[in-house]
Amino acid sequence: MTRLFAALGFGVAALFVLSLFIGPAGLTLGNSLHALFGLSDGPEGLIMQEIRLPRALLAVMVGLSLGMAGAAMQGYLRNPLAEPGLIGVSGAAALGAVLSIQTGLSAMAPLALPLAALAGALTGVLLILALAGPRGTSLTLILAGIAMSSMAAALTSLVLNLSPNPFAANEIVFWMMGSLADRAFVHVWLALPFMVVGWALLTSLGRGLDALTLGEDAAQTMGIRLGRLRLMLILGTASVVGAATAVAGAIGFVGLVVPHLLRGAVGARPSRLIWASALGGAAMVLAADIAVRLILPERDLKLGVLTALVGAPLFLHLVYKTRREMG
Amino acid sequence: MRISRRIACVLALVLSGTGASTGASADGLPKRVVSINACTDQLAMMLAGPGQLVSVTHLAQDPRVSSMTETAKAYPVNHGRAEEVFLLKPDLVLAGRYTQQPTVDMLRGLGIEVIQFDPARSLDDVTALLTQAGAALGRSDRATALIDAFDRQRATLLAALDTSAPRPSAALYFANGYTTGPGTLANDILETAGFSNVAQDAGFPGGGFMPLEVLVMADPAAVITGTRYPGASRAEEVMAHPVIAAVTDGAGKTMTTDADWLCGTPHVLRAAERLQPLRPAQTGDDGNDTR
Repeated sequence: MTRLFAALGFGVAALFVLSLFIGPAGLTLGNSLHALFGLSDGPEGLIMQEIRLPRALLAVMVGLSLGMAGAAMQGYLRNPLAEPGLIGVSGAAALGAVLSIQTGLSAMAPLALPLAALAGALTGVLLILALAGPRGTSLTLILAGIAMSSMAAALTSLVLNLSPNPFAANEIVFWMMGSLADRAFVHVWLALPFMVVGWALLTSLGRGLDALTLGEDAAQTMGIRLGRLRLMLILGTASVVGAATAVAGAIGFVGLVVPHLLRGAVGARPSRLIWASALGGAAMVLAADIAVRLILPERDLKLGVLTALVGAPLFLHLVYKTRREMG
Repeated sequence: MRISRRIACVLALVLSGTGASTGASADGLPKRVVSINACTDQLAMMLAGPGQLVSVTHLAQDPRVSSMTETAKAYPVNHGRAEEVFLLKPDLVLAGRYTQQPTVDMLRGLGIEVIQFDPARSLDDVTALLTQAGAALGRSDRATALIDAFDRQRATLLAALDTSAPRPSAALYFANGYTTGPGTLANDILETAGFSNVAQDAGFPGGGFMPLEVLVMADPAAVITGTRYPGASRAEEVMAHPVIAAVTDGAGKTMTTDADWLCGTPHVLRAAERLQPLRPAQTGDDGNDTR
């Protein structure tokens, strides 16, 4: 177990460093290191500290958040298909973010952006849990998710199409697919407080989710208060997904792929899976963000394109497996 | 095309009693001129004789696009639609080269003379456009006067430049990190103001989407960004990235483009003039020698 966490931690660290050394400016390794620690006051310093560092930090933060949220939701619903991107929570967060930007709220008060995204995500989680029911059967979960994501996507597109800004309509793809290009430290500071709260809430769920694997009645006899567990899951998921989406758009499939890959390695215990998925998610988003800069550096290829290419086949596989189990 | 022709014919039949599309008057000069392009609007307003210009587009009153919003208030507006232009009974329509082609085709099908103007790609094009518009409106004298004034002002601006000192560098940085290089009006404005454009050295001679990192490495002494539109977009957010202020060493070295940058009219010199205050503090510090 320790070995798994050490390997994941090392992977995240290595990808983080790699992410800092990749970019169109073509800096040498020595230059980049000097610049990163503020030893050069030339343009290299600006590039490392103001462009690449926030980008890599955001990739870690977004990855941690999405991996953790996926593992927690799957633990609570006891369903491997629950993932914030797929079931429309990210989409609802994007709608909230877009509304706050287009109404000018986020320009008046910077915190309005993550707060609005959080509100969107909260609505999304609440609706999903209400529609899917406490046990979260696959069919209702997926149907509710489809309804949520298409509704959120349609409304986001509508808002952006109605915007007086000629560029806004082109940004539907950013909000649907996510990107970390040209983010600044402003975005790190906007997202971090909400994410920290969310991480604290979600990681505290471990014991309750472990007990829940034995069934609701067993969990209750073990002293788990299900109502409280549910509330913390909702708030935790909403704050991490809201904050991540507000700064990076809706990135799907991270919370699906990572817990799926790691579930076996942690003995299917949600308490450990939450931590492992957090690290795995960070590694996945970092890797995807490195890949978009290597594959099509000029075109700002969206992160969600890559995660979907990896995640969608896996999703189909999971649906197929679920069908066999039910059938 | 055939359908639009047919509609045009029907329109012509319906309205033939109103005496529309009369063509040029006896002396060969257009009497009722309508402009359906934001840039020809301004050329026409500068050149037309009293009563000659019947209508300009609604864009002429939009301060984001037009340098002549006050003058434009004297004219009825159109929205560049064939029907409304036809009802104005013009004998000459001024249009842009690359926009509104279906409208232009339809108007020509109705027998109205349409002259299309190329967008300006340099300051020399301004002279060409004034000449072309002057000839079209039969106002070549007025055009010559404007060209003379334009050339004089341009010479004054160029003479004011200190040719011995190296030119400070500047970058044009628009939404999505789009930059433009030689062969564009914006580049000429930049050079007339005494700057050299970093786009070429940075590997974007024809313009294109320049990554933020490349902009920082080019280390321009000044950055000129685009006007932001209402609402908001992530595309424009990059123009406000903190490194842009940092690379130009803080405030005062950045400026946004305005309506004067858009059209090939003598107003482009106003844009160049406004850029010049970005320069003096930079003499001796062209942004390259200190780093």
